[in-house]
Amino acid sequence: MALLDYGMGNVHSAAKALEAAGAHVTLTADRATIMEADGLVVPGVGSIASCVAGIEAVRGGELIGRRLAGGRPVLGICVGMQVLFETGLEGREETTALGEWPGTVRRLQADVLPHMGWNTVEAGEGSRLFAGIEDERFYFVHSYAATEWLIDPHPRIRQPITTWAEHGERFLAAVENGPLCATQFHPEKSGAAGARLLTNWVGTLGSE
Amino acid sequence: MLTTRVIPCLDVAGGRVVKGVRFQDLADQGDPVELAARYAQQGADELTFLDVTATVEGSDTILEVVERCAEQVFIPLTVGGGVRTVADVSRLLAHGADKVGVNSAAIARPEVVDEISAAFGAQVLVVSLDVLRSADTASGFEVTTHGGRRRTGIDAIAWAAEVDRRGAGELLVNSIDADGTKAGFDLELIAAVRAATGVPVVASGGAGGPEHFAPAVSAGADAVLAASIFHSQQSTIDDVKAAMRAAGVTVR
Repeated sequence: MALLDYGMGNVHSAAKALEAAGAHVTLTADRATIMEADGLVVPGVGSIASCVAGIEAVRGGELIGRRLAGGRPVLGICVGMQVLFETGLEGREETTALGEWPGTVRRLQADVLPHMGWNTVEAGEGSRLFAGIEDERFYFVHSYAATEWLIDPHPRIRQPITTWAEHGERFLAAVENGPLCATQFHPEKSGAAGARLLTNWVGTLGSE
Repeated sequence: MLTTRVIPCLDVAGGRVVKGVRFQDLADQGDPVELAARYAQQGADELTFLDVTATVEGSDTILEVVERCAEQVFIPLTVGGGVRTVADVSRLLAHGADKVGVNSAAIARPEVVDEISAAFGAQVLVVSLDVLRSADTASGFEVTTHGGRRRTGIDAIAWAAEVDRRGAGELLVNSIDADGTKAGFDLELIAAVRAATGVPVVASGGAGGPEHFAPAVSAGADAVLAASIFHSQQSTIDDVKAAMRAAGVTVR
């Protein structure tokens, strides 16, 4: 398992939580290591703009794209999920993100932000990430999110599974789209439920 | 629906827990990580370490504690005490802290709030306020430093609004008047801060029993923090959550 190293985020817990889920984890930005790994995890905290800049500085966008083209699993966490959309809107700053999915990440409309704490999710039907933990709570800490899923159903491709949560308004809490998965919450900070989710994800590797 | 967080706070000095921790069956009573793991297992929603050894610079032991905690305990960890600069925050985050608490450094130089928020995002920054009731400010609440011993003349409610504007991600509101009384949180203070700001508010100071927590939530707290009630084993996290649940508060 490769954990993308681009200088952002608390990667300690992510690495240790993945190891607890049965993975051998390498924190790296090395191209060959990342391409060969069974799974790539993209962490992220702070702003979308700084995370996109950090990822691009290690050519992470291209590596993610190449892995996905070969059906190789990638998991984005928190801002590591947000960067997968087309655009990030922070104040007046518009960031062109990695664009794996259509749509814009913007500030949630809620009385109190950041959305900070343990919240329930509405797990998508057939979710493998949430198998056995559909009713658990997960730890969120963010002010921005994607509030729309814009990929229309298509008869010839497997339907992406979307999981939603609510804080002021509904937003995407997780997406399972073939080899590309992401969570807006922090599984590595979500206690036993988060550990189970990571174990579920690790369990899907190699089966795509 | 978001739950109200219950957060035990541990005072740490020289890599050991100090002040009034009485868990008889702990193998090592003074190990903060062991105690943190126990609280996490009991259902704590987050943990706070308060480094009471002056400055981050002068105490690398807290970094080792934070690192060990982040490797073993998979719930969010806030670390406060002596944090003055962006470099201090960077060091704590690099060792595994999820959030960092800033108190007197923000009063000495408010720009540090903007700087930390710009560098790492608002979500890492908890600004702590030690608040004293006072006739000298418009709101009747004054910010203090040095654990309440030093007055600043700054209106606590205006200060809360200012640090929110500057980029704080959360406010830890500690009542110096209520602290140690075990008579309950200062509900008027919580309500006043809630009304003046738009970030999560953590209530601190005064918890004497499980029945004291729900009123703090009704007053506007998004999270409740306590130390001695848990360390003395007078109440468990579960006791507190059961009382909150019975009072209609959503908890995990």
